[in-house]
Formats: sequence, structure tokens, C-alpha cells
Amino acid sequence: MAHAYTPGLKVLHETKIDKERRLPLKGTVTVEKGQTVTPDDIVAKTDLPGNVQMVNVANQLNIDADDVKDAMLAKVGTLVSKGEMIAETKGLFGLFKSNVTAPVDGTIEVISDTTGQVVIREAPIPVEIDAYMTGFIKDVIPEEGVIIESEGVFIQGIFGIGGESRGDLAVIVDSREDEITEDMITTDLAGKIIVGGSFISLSAYKKAIQIKVAGVVVGGFNYYDLEDILGYTLGVAITGSEDLVTSLILTEGYGKIRMGSRTFDLLKEHQGKFASVNGATQIRAGVIRPEIVIPLSKDELKGDHKDVHASEGIQAGSLVRVIRAPYFGRMGKVVDLPSELRKMESETMVRVAIIEIDGENVEIPRANLEMVETD
Amino acid sequence: MKLRSILATDCGSTTTKAILIEHIDGEYRLAVRGEAPTTVEAPFEDVTKGVLNAVMEVEELAGRKLLDGDKIITPRNGDEGVDVYFSTSSAGGGLQMMVAGVVKGMTGESAERAALGAGSIVMDVLASNDGRKPHEKISRIRQLRPDMILLSGGIDGGTTKHVVELAEILAAANPKPRLGQNFKLPVIYAGNKMAIDKIKDTLGEITDLDITENIRPVLERENLKPSRDKIHDLFMEHVMQQAPGYKKLMSWTDAPIMPTPGAVGALIEMVAEKENISVVGVDIGGATTDIFSVFQKQFNRTVSANLGMSYSICNVLAEAGLKNVLRWVPFDIDEKELTNRIGNKMIRPTTVPQSLEELVIEQAIAREALRLSFIQHKSFAVNLKGVQKERTISDAFEQTESGESLVDMMELDLMVGSGGVLSHAPRRAQSARMLIDSFLPEGITQLAVDSIFMMPQLGVMANIQKEDLAEEARKAAIEVFEKDCLIRLGTCIAPVGAAKSGATVLTAELTLPGGSTETHEIQLGEIVRIEVPYEPVKAKLTPGKGMDIGAGKNETIETTIYGGVVGIILDGRGRPMPISTDPKQRISDLTKWSAAVQEYPEMDKE
Repeated sequence: MAHAYTPGLKVLHETKIDKERRLPLKGTVTVEKGQTVTPDDIVAKTDLPGNVQMVNVANQLNIDADDVKDAMLAKVGTLVSKGEMIAETKGLFGLFKSNVTAPVDGTIEVISDTTGQVVIREAPIPVEIDAYMTGFIKDVIPEEGVIIESEGVFIQGIFGIGGESRGDLAVIVDSREDEITEDMITTDLAGKIIVGGSFISLSAYKKAIQIKVAGVVVGGFNYYDLEDILGYTLGVAITGSEDLVTSLILTEGYGKIRMGSRTFDLLKEHQGKFASVNGATQIRAGVIRPEIVIPLSKDELKGDHKDVHASEGIQAGSLVRVIRAPYFGRMGKVVDLPSELRKMESETMVRVAIIEIDGENVEIPRANLEMVETD
Repeated sequence: MKLRSILATDCGSTTTKAILIEHIDGEYRLAVRGEAPTTVEAPFEDVTKGVLNAVMEVEELAGRKLLDGDKIITPRNGDEGVDVYFSTSSAGGGLQMMVAGVVKGMTGESAERAALGAGSIVMDVLASNDGRKPHEKISRIRQLRPDMILLSGGIDGGTTKHVVELAEILAAANPKPRLGQNFKLPVIYAGNKMAIDKIKDTLGEITDLDITENIRPVLERENLKPSRDKIHDLFMEHVMQQAPGYKKLMSWTDAPIMPTPGAVGALIEMVAEKENISVVGVDIGGATTDIFSVFQKQFNRTVSANLGMSYSICNVLAEAGLKNVLRWVPFDIDEKELTNRIGNKMIRPTTVPQSLEELVIEQAIAREALRLSFIQHKSFAVNLKGVQKERTISDAFEQTESGESLVDMMELDLMVGSGGVLSHAPRRAQSARMLIDSFLPEGITQLAVDSIFMMPQLGVMANIQKEDLAEEARKAAIEVFEKDCLIRLGTCIAPVGAAKSGATVLTAELTLPGGSTETHEIQLGEIVRIEVPYEPVKAKLTPGKGMDIGAGKNETIETTIYGGVVGIILDGRGRPMPISTDPKQRISDLTKWSAAVQEYPEMDKE
């Protein structure tokens, strides 16, 4: 049977979710294999090397670089405090001395007799990694981190901003076509992950940030409004490090696009449950999509999930979503995958799929389809 | 060594492309090509799998055995296998470098030129005078984690203090390479030779330090080749060793693997040298746009890291501004709706334009990406800065400074475009228009596109150092480039100068293949396409009053030009080319120009 590989976003009602939590540098893992964890538990920690300050002692004392060693009061390896004198000239008969003080607290690391520079390294910066989601430690990567496993709902969005966040799910619209407006953002939503339908306006999102909503999951947002939030124009879709109280996850894209029905129904089914979300997106080779994880307890799991093999690709009968004009955002069923190239209105010759959308068969380039991966 | 059969691959970040070149009837020709997804990332993490898949496709199409299990059969054994195998690579993000020089505009720029010429992406240029404090430089180095650093600074025998200071900053940052946690970062020192001992003291322990000749031994001369060669060596020895599967791939190839853009540059340099012409080559990709040029025998390459057609399409919009994109769109469109559409292309980068409207918008953005990349290129491809020139009395009136651009569009002979939006445009006239509108060639310029982007593979063949292979591989590269790689679009003739509305800017008397003659009078603001295949056309070109087509104002040129799949384009729209700010006028002009060259299907009906 004809089939085609089309990357899709995951919308899974029950699956095993593995999360790697890794330190940027080697350090200590603080949990053990098999241990259960909650999102705020620290699983690993380390110290990043401190910042470095360079002080040009030769210039400041107006002496040759060769003479800096003799003028130094603090030697390599000594701890110095901010404002402490670290070098001094002998002056004339003990008078007219000039000196250099440490600009920061730190350790003298290098004294150079070529350039007359002194390198002071500040104290190490502690870094801690938390568990992000409820689960158990499936594996420990010695000195580096852990892999946490959880079972529950896993939904991928298409684009997000803001990093990791968590809170109780609150679906605040009636249908997947509804927009989130400013008046719907009430103070009781602080700390929650709110779910809307097709769109959130700039003013509504700003209000969500103002009252410290933990996250927003919605179909669409205007691309040109991102600048207002980020303070710059987003040129490439690499996000996650923005300093935002309220992470934003778009499930469909830019503009007003109703949320996929499966996504919306699944989020609604779990109204009130605790979810972990991450807006981080990276659209390059090694793609990262934003995500919503709702860990479920043993009693809540139905145990009816099937393994999904995305790599099998689309075939007749597959459920797909069109991801470019003119049928952008519409869902349909694959009727046929003809092998020969077809000419589009743009005269581009492409391989197409015949899709049934609302009872009508249309030709869509396979590259413009996304498989809806459901379980 | 006589070669009968050559296999070459290019491992790109998404696709691995293989070509098979065969020596048939006394000439080298492209026999077949194949491609497969690149397999550098999980779950495969072995580049050779993608290579084998691509070669397997070539094997099927060629109808003869090239693989023996998981190995390419080389040397050729009767009807099986190939004589030699070569490869280029840009997978896994290509070669990412950081360069440092004492003065940003002098040694910093020379170091950048060497790194770009070798085919790398330059992540940052550190310089003593770049305005950043030492701790800012240190945190930048740590944050970027380059594959390699090129450190230069100072002319031989000059002061050593500044370059050693840069080395101390590098040492304080103690950078780790991007790939391979347990390895030391390769650092190339190509600065003042008097500082070598101090550099060794400072960096010898904590980095994998390599010393080569000074990149700028004297102010008046750049010496880039030793650094470029060293970068290629270290790319093979370090970076490639860490990338998944490359050790195996390296053991298969008959010459070192080159970074893809380095190979394309080598090819363009070779073509310019062989034909003694000025060339501009452009490769517009999803994330970046590379421009290569050879003017006055000097090669330059620039990478516009965030000007591309998918991953960085929104950055083109941000840098060019919506107005500049819209000026190429011949219909009214809601501006907000347009930005959302472009945003959606960024987050779904693999989609293709189905409707004509979408195609027109994409090609409008491409024009701006190309235009902006070329501006960057022009400001980088310059004479050496900081050089004192001897002046005569006449020069005193013409205050040209050092550091002026080498790019002279009137001097340009050949422009080659590649990358999806140019190579795969549904109509070749669209590719020609995109090249003309964004680069604004002046006088007589030949236009071409790379049919299937095989310039990287041909480039690596053109750059073989092994004596027994070099000559024949080079010959094969040139022959295939001429016959199979380039699709000749035709020739653009564009007069330059100030003319009044309605004035004739060019009279072209053409003797077409077959002997018939045609005369075309071009008015200001007009563009005309004459369909002629890639054959010689005798041309007498007379510029309008005050206009220049290459021989000077009002000077007629009699020459031979070539047609192509598009033909000859007489472009009387002026340089610079004004586009009306009145939407009605703009749409009318754009529609007229499109119709004149049969650019889009709907325009034909008019």
C-alpha cells in the first residue's frame, strides 16, 4: 500500500513519557534509581565555574608588565574581596603610591608578565535541576543527571515561548473555536495552565502575564504580536530561554486557528489535573516542539494505549491536518496517495495526497500535510 | 590516472546527495544522481547509512553494482564499483568557528575571511577593539562553544602584547568544543611570529594548539592559504572525528572530506580562474544564504547566517521590513495576514507553495533575502583596510580609501544561483527575475542556476591535492560543471545612467542563430525577453543618451552574447531600480514586468 512519511505532532491520551534531566557540566545526582519524584524535587546539582574579571594592573599602576609580579600583594590562588587592595607600587620614598583594588570577590587565577593583566575568578555558580514532572527515576546517568519516567497524557504543540512551567489545568472556553479574551482572565487563574480554543489576543495574554498565570495553551496567536511580548522580532524559531512568567504554547500556528478536536477534548477531559508544560521550541535539524505533560496516577490509567509508529507514515485512511494555505488548519482523511507528480496551481510539480475534507476530495502536496498521531 | 567512473556525495544537514560521473565518448558527464535523508542524528547517528542509501539509489538507476554489502567498491573492478569516491559535508551544523584578531577591521577581518573561505560559519569575531570588556568576551566564548578558534593578530615583528592579551582571554574562558566533551578545543594561531612562544605558554596546555604562518605578515598583504589549509586539516582531524560515523566515511574517501561551502568556493574560484571572468555565486537555503564572488581575481565568501527561506524566513521579514517584501507582491494583501503566513512557514519549514499567491509571496521574500545577503557581501568583499597607498596628483582628487568594495556589477560576467527557491522555481523566468531584481546586474551579465546543486561534489573534485588524481578530477569537475551542472538561463543587458521618463535607454540589434535579425528599442522602465537558446547571438548594443552598458557613457558595444532557457533579457528599469511607492502604480508595474517575461501563469493570459 502507498504510504508517505509526514512528520506529525503527538496527541496521546496515555503513553510512557521519558524525560532526560541533565546538568550542563558534571556534578552530583541527588536521587536514586527507582525513587518517585514530584516536579519540584531537585534531582541533580553542580557548580558552574565563576565569572572571570580581568584587571590590567600594569596600565592602572603605569608600570611595565614585567614589574606587575613585584607589585602584587595577592598571589595566584589567594582569595580576595571586592575593594581589597591587590597591587601597589612602591612609590617615591614610600610616598605617592598608587594601588589597584579587586573589582569583585574571587580568587586570583593568573598574573601575566606579558600583558600585565590579572585574572580574578568569582565564586562558582550553583545550578540545580528539578524533576519537572511527577514520575520515578528510571535511570541515573552518573555525575550528569537522570531519566524520569511517567505515564499519562502527552501533547505536542507547534510553537511556544517561555520555558518550563506547571500548574492545574483550567479550560476556560466552551469550544475549540472560542477565543480567549481579556475579561476571561480572572485572578483565580494565577498559577494555573489555562486552555483556550482558536486564539488569544495580545491584551488577554498580557493580562495573563500580569496576574501570573503559569501557562497558556491555545490554537493560535498573532505572529506580529510576539514582538510586543518579547521586545524583539522573532527571526528564527528557537525559544525557551525567554524570561516569561506565563509560557505560551500554540497547538496550531499563527493566526486564528481552531484547536484540533482531539487536543481540545483531551485537555478538557483532564480539567483540574496537574500538568507540566514547556514552551521551548527549536525548529532546525534536531527539532524540539513545545509540550504538555499530564502525569496520571495508577487508578487514572486505563491501560488501553497502543504503541504508535509514526515512522510508518501516512497511508489511505490516515487522519491528517493541512498545514499550509489554501486549506490551512483543516483536518481530513487520506483517500489516495498517487505516485506520479501532479502540477499545482503554482505550477510546482509535487507528490500529492488526495484528502477528503468535509465530504469533498482535494489534492494537497504531501509536504503540506501533518499526520495527527493519536492513540 | 585515467578515471572512468567517479562517485561523489554531499552530506547536507537534511539530505545526502550522491552523483555518479562517467567518462563516456571522450568526455565526463553526469550519469545519474540519488539522494536519501542524512543520518547524523538519532536514531541512526551514523552518516554512512545515509550515504549508502543515496548510493543505493544511484546503483539502481545506473543499473550496475557499486556496493558490496556496506562498502563502496573501489577501485573499479570490471563493471563493478567506481575508480574514486569523494565527499563533502555540512551535516550537524557544518563547521562553526570563532575568530580573533587584534584590530577588528584588519587582522580580525583577515581571520574572518580565512575561516569563511575554508567553508566555516563564523559565530563571532573577537578583537581587542571590539568594544566589549574582557569578561563579556569570556562569557561569549563560553556560551558559543565553537568547533575551532582561529587566533591572529599583529604583523610579524610588531607588538606582541595585544595578541597575547587575546590568548589570555581565551585561556580564562577555557572553552570546550561543541562535540566531544573529553577533547581539548583546537586553536590555530596565525599571528605575529614573535609571539609564538608566549602563545604556547598561554594556550599550549589547555587547548589543542596549532601554529601556522601569519595571516597578515605585513599590512599590505594577506596570507590566507596556510590558515585555510590548516582549518581543513583540523576539520578532518578533530571535528569530523567526533561526528557520528565520520571516521568510517573518512576511511572510504580517496581525498579529505571538505566542508560543503568550502568546496563550492573552490569550484567558483576555479571557474573564474579558468575563464578569466568575474563570478558571483549564491546558494540560498532554509537557514542561511552563502554568497561567493571572484572580482579582480580575489575570492570572497560570506554567510548570512539568518537569511533563509524557511527556518529563518521571519528574520528576512524582520531585517528587510514588511514594506520591502510587499513591494515585490503584485496584489493587495492584508499585512497582518501576510506576517502570520510567513510565521507559519517558519514553524512548518518543509511545506511548499500550493497556490500561485503563496509562490509569489515566497519569491518576494527570496528577493529580499538575496538583496540583504548581497549587501553584506559587498561590505565584506573589500580591499585590505589599513593599507597606505601611494598617491599621485590625480588620486588626490579622487579620494578613494582603502577598504572599498571589490564588487563591481558592471564588471560581473557570470551569476550562478542555487538553492531550492532558485533551482526549483516552477518557471526558469522566475529564477532569472529573482536574480536580476535582487542583485541588479549592470551591463552584460550571464545568468545560470545549478540544476541539482552538485557544485559541492564538483568543488571537492576540483580541489584534490593527490598528484595522481588532481588533474583528471579537475578536468571532470569542469566538464560536468559546464555540461550538466549549470542550466544557462540567458543574458541580462541592463544600461546604467540617468534617463528621463519615456526615453530610449537601449537599442539592441541582434543577429539570432539561423541568421535572422531583430532590433529592440527599450524605454526607461521597460523589460523585454527575447527567447533564444544557449547559442551565440551577435549583438550591437547602443546605449541611450547618457547611458552606459559597460564601455562607458554613450559607447556602443559589438559583441557575442548567449541565450538560454529564458533567453536574452533587456532590462531598462534603471540602476538603482526604482519601485513606485504608490500601490496602484506598483502593482501595475509589477504585473507589466511579469507579463513581459512570462513569469507567472496568470500574467500570460493578459
